[in-house]
Amino acid sequence: MIDFFNKMTATLEIQNLNVSIGEKPILKDFSLTIPKGEVHAIMGPNGTGKSTLAKALAGHPDYEITSGDALIDGESILEMEPDERSREGLFMAFQYPIEIPGVTIANFIRAALNGRLPEGEELNAPAYYRSLYEKMDMLKIDRKFTSRFVNDGFSGGEKKRCEILQMAMLDPKYAILDETDSGLDIDALKVVADGVNSLRGENLGVLVITHYQRLLEYIVPDHVHVLYDGRIVKSGDKDLALELEEKGYDWVKELAETAA
Amino acid sequence: MTTTTTQIEIDRDKGDFQYPEQHKYDAGTGLSEKTIDYICDVKGEDDWIRSFRKRALKVFESKPMPTHWATKDLENIDFDKIRYYLADGQRASRSWEDVPDDVKETFERLGIPENERKFLAGVEAQFDSEAAYSNIKDAVAKDGVIFVGSTEGLLKHPDIFRKWFGKVIPTGDNKFSALNSAVFSGGSFIYVPPGVKVSHPLQAYFRINAENFGQFERTLIIADEGSEVTYMEGCTAPKFDTATLHSAVVELVAMPGAKIEYITVQNWASNVYNLVTKRALAHENSVVKWIDCNIGSRLTMKYPGVVLKGRKARGEVLSIALANDDQHQDTGAKMIHAADETTSNVISKSISVGEGRSTYRGQVHMPKHLKGCKNNTECDALLINSNSRTDTYPAITVRGDDNSVQHEASVSKVSAEQIFYMQQRGLSEGEAMSLSVNGFVNDLTRQFPMEYSVELKRLIELEMEGSVG
Repeated sequence: MIDFFNKMTATLEIQNLNVSIGEKPILKDFSLTIPKGEVHAIMGPNGTGKSTLAKALAGHPDYEITSGDALIDGESILEMEPDERSREGLFMAFQYPIEIPGVTIANFIRAALNGRLPEGEELNAPAYYRSLYEKMDMLKIDRKFTSRFVNDGFSGGEKKRCEILQMAMLDPKYAILDETDSGLDIDALKVVADGVNSLRGENLGVLVITHYQRLLEYIVPDHVHVLYDGRIVKSGDKDLALELEEKGYDWVKELAETAA
Repeated sequence: MTTTTTQIEIDRDKGDFQYPEQHKYDAGTGLSEKTIDYICDVKGEDDWIRSFRKRALKVFESKPMPTHWATKDLENIDFDKIRYYLADGQRASRSWEDVPDDVKETFERLGIPENERKFLAGVEAQFDSEAAYSNIKDAVAKDGVIFVGSTEGLLKHPDIFRKWFGKVIPTGDNKFSALNSAVFSGGSFIYVPPGVKVSHPLQAYFRINAENFGQFERTLIIADEGSEVTYMEGCTAPKFDTATLHSAVVELVAMPGAKIEYITVQNWASNVYNLVTKRALAHENSVVKWIDCNIGSRLTMKYPGVVLKGRKARGEVLSIALANDDQHQDTGAKMIHAADETTSNVISKSISVGEGRSTYRGQVHMPKHLKGCKNNTECDALLINSNSRTDTYPAITVRGDDNSVQHEASVSKVSAEQIFYMQQRGLSEGEAMSLSVNGFVNDLTRQFPMEYSVELKRLIELEMEGSVG
């Protein structure tokens, strides 16, 4: 019974979510359930609400949720501050990671991890660095990067690898990758995908947001959803991504019109 | 003034006092020639110091407040209510239980050792205006380094200190240097013989711990030819209700080829006027570096300067100022180029939180007849809240074709996107803000000695807590 209960609630669940920016509605009655252990991909043309979904879930103050709910393992997160959502286990890899001048990667991740410990407890420094180096090696990030400032002067590929490094270190329950493939060449893409794949498992649910099918060749999703005008217009398995690639986004438009 | 008269008539023999520990070295409030006589008598000073002080008092009285360029808040200083001299023997009148909880909490979170907390809170007042020196004094003495208090320096080593005393900063430099010259006590006098490189920083902690009590330290450091010395000064003060005045004078003399580094981290209570004059005289090939961090106080006015007197002398000022609600940090630097091929570097970072105000005033002077002089000035201001304020007043006088000056200034705000990014990683808004501010000052703090950069980081975290929400 307990197992059954846990299984039922080990999800990132989005229920009839309506999100506006200013007065403009972007997401419209958007619903999706991502169980732990699964990788879902959301594809869609630009301006359909993909990044809005990511930022609204993470709690960005510019995105107003007008109705609906979002729950982590059965608990609504909408009243939580962005940092509380993070500590609940929600991670978002940014499409455009922000520079933090003067703050080193090592100190930044350490501060984020310390924030997860009970008051008065501190991270064990040697263990922390062992873990950090191990993950940096996996992501082919030079160890010198620990003393670089977060995203400051990084190339596109370095920024994205650094996002996955943070994901690996923070060990989230659910991760949203917002266009993590944008601006990456094929080699960088493979490294990032290898990193994500190594984190896949029954304790992690992943939502991959992408414009292109290419990333999904490397991070093979269990489910693919096509987003258009703030709604999911079609869902399927990994082959849907190929079909979409082949038929183009005009096909999506037709699907949406048929659905409406 | 009336209280002064009655106080100084009291016999100085402590046995005659009703409360001997309380009144032994207390000159009362207010300032007059009698106050000065009292100070000189207690300290057993030579006549030349007595007349130096009395001349200074006249200069102080004759000079107007510099409110034609500085803040009118200076007019709120009530000179009659200030105690101008108070030394060891002053027993604390409060108990640890009386110390406000917020002060105790601040000590706790700053990680100040238990045994220091009571002293800082004014529960155990050991040495007030006479600086307390650490064992390091004896350790350096074997190399011939003199590290003493100002009173002892003038008394026992007049041949060394009298030559430069009041020469780098003349009494009449400004109203507050005159005030200091009249009533100075405490501070350090240091002499480093030629070629001696002092391996450990020399430290003295000056702290205000008596209500309504002004501190007027006088520090003079002379680094003789080819010598090197680092001096560190740290101040932490508990919060008091009535305004307190702190007005120090610090003079540095770097003889040819010498190096002096002077480091200050100050965290004044928010009712303190901190009006300090700091200047160095740099001879040929010498290097003087001021590192100056100002946190707290009601008003700080401080512009460390270097007079680059000898060829190839170098001066540096690295400063950080943080102004919170009801605080004004009016700080900057002065670089006076007076010889060929002299170089100077000024990096100033200010942070204004809430309604805090920070002001940068910089003066760079390069006359026409000089050749090969260089100055670099960078001043960056960070505004935390929309009602925070910053002003910049650079005054750069550069003449002559062969000299170069570079000036960069920036004003930035912590961006909402940056805070959101950090929050997404699990840092609270306050933690994100203080991390961001620490990042802003990082390129300066990483040049500081470890213990100071750690202390500064903690202070910034505490200051930033109230800034969000």
